[in-house]
Amino acid sequence: MISPGLLTAVQDLGRFGQARYGVAPSGVLDAFAARVGNLLVDNLESEACLEVTLSGLELGVLADLVIAVTGADLGLHINDRPARIWRSVRLVPGDLISFRAVEFGCRAYLTVGGGIEVPVVLNSRSTNLGSGFGGFTGRALQAGDIVHGRDPELHLAAAGRHFDLNAVPAYANDWRLRVLLGPQEGQFRQTGLQTLQQAVYSVSPRSDRTGIRLEGPVIRTRADQPESIVSEGVVAGAIQVPGDGKPIIILNETVSGGYRKIATVITADVPLLAQMVPGDRVVFQAVTLWEAREALWRVEENIARLRNRLGSDTCRGSRTKPVE
Amino acid sequence: MCYSEPRYRLMGDRALLVELGEGIGRDINRQVQKLFFGLDQLQTGAIRELQPGYRSLMVVYDPLQISLPALKTRIEGVFRSLDRFQPPEPAHLQVPVAYGAEFGPDLQWVAEHHHLSTAEVIRYHSSATYRVYMIGFTPGYPYLGEVPEEIATPRRETPRVRVPKGSVGIAQLQTGIYPVESPGGWQILGRTPMTLFDPQRRPPSLLQAGDRVTFIPIAHEEFDSWKPNPSSK
Repeated sequence: MISPGLLTAVQDLGRFGQARYGVAPSGVLDAFAARVGNLLVDNLESEACLEVTLSGLELGVLADLVIAVTGADLGLHINDRPARIWRSVRLVPGDLISFRAVEFGCRAYLTVGGGIEVPVVLNSRSTNLGSGFGGFTGRALQAGDIVHGRDPELHLAAAGRHFDLNAVPAYANDWRLRVLLGPQEGQFRQTGLQTLQQAVYSVSPRSDRTGIRLEGPVIRTRADQPESIVSEGVVAGAIQVPGDGKPIIILNETVSGGYRKIATVITADVPLLAQMVPGDRVVFQAVTLWEAREALWRVEENIARLRNRLGSDTCRGSRTKPVE
Repeated sequence: MCYSEPRYRLMGDRALLVELGEGIGRDINRQVQKLFFGLDQLQTGAIRELQPGYRSLMVVYDPLQISLPALKTRIEGVFRSLDRFQPPEPAHLQVPVAYGAEFGPDLQWVAEHHHLSTAEVIRYHSSATYRVYMIGFTPGYPYLGEVPEEIATPRRETPRVRVPKGSVGIAQLQTGIYPVESPGGWQILGRTPMTLFDPQRRPPSLLQAGDRVTFIPIAHEEFDSWKPNPSSK
């Protein structure tokens, strides 16, 4: 690790089953990109990877390994030459990986054949940055850190795999997010519900891994409703509206809350939240549960197509060393 | 007031809030505990997360593995025989607290707000037995109720950016303990040397929803030398 850039942390698909202890899921924000990246280097989809936020990351390679970079286009260079993303590439000691400019999106995923060697804490290798546990000693990576892979030499044959670029979501600066209204949509004024579906919001610079703050027309609660609700659990994608009427889209680091949620981003669109940068424009479109399910199936089909194309002989998931 | 049937609210296409009553109350919360415990026993992979709240249980599920109607059928199956599911005997935890001064920067303000002495505030706060309604906000954070009316105080107008680990605060009828350093807007009365959250411990949170808590005032000199008693939980 030569330079960590803005923020680089070890994440897997998240820490589940711990909300009862007040522990948020953490994990990658763009699960689609991370799952594809893991398949490209012959890993289980759930393997841990590096989540790279915006530009500046520089890494020196210390061992023979295969990597893939998916998600945002952050100007990936290998040894000073521009390199393509959404494909796996073989690297040797002395190679240099760097991310030099934000082209599209916000977060890239660097997967390593074999995965990343950090201890499993509460069923996950994800970093809980807020409370400082899990991942790489509970913190974001810093210059000088040495990150170990898990048996990277067993995955070298995965080099040269690629993902169908037609199946990559479009990362633009205008986003249309599909939502299901609720859980507390009835507690807002009717005009507030219309505002949500008609207004164009912009992503605030105060957004981070805990939530995307939006600037734009305010959404008002009905006059007969108290200021807050009794605290309850929340999931990533829930759109809460605090007293100032400006919506906040919850991400992976929040476990409960006492603000009303007017709507919730559908599961198929949640990975897009990872790729929004300050200043981007967002509109919301209400859909039905049936449409949400269809959209989720389409996402899963894209991943299944890759899995099938890689074939049963190469897609073994995380392999173990032969027994001697 | 407990509902006779669960009421559902969708939170997107993979989470369902199951509401069992209106407002904050021990009876409703006990029902939530039972439903949580009953569904947790099912051990189905289609349910990815269960989080008990004050009056609701959040069920996060895999919509590719179970449909919403099938999930509701499961929930109603447990709800119909709720009394069969008795959660384990709640623990009663005695939490030592050094009140006031640098440990409790808002104690004086709370006392003045109610025209009480700081000793009276401490006496009210440490005289009640509290129920853990839910664990949320940050890892291991217990939402405890109810604070005696005499010292119920609104949140600070400006939340603190950093509240130290172990801080004990109140907000209206609620009291809570900050297990890790975090931002916070509650009125901080004191601090406990007890470790409420440790990711290496099983379970990682010292308290579970349904447990009981009593606060025991300790002298400030005792804070650093305090050691957990192996026999207490």
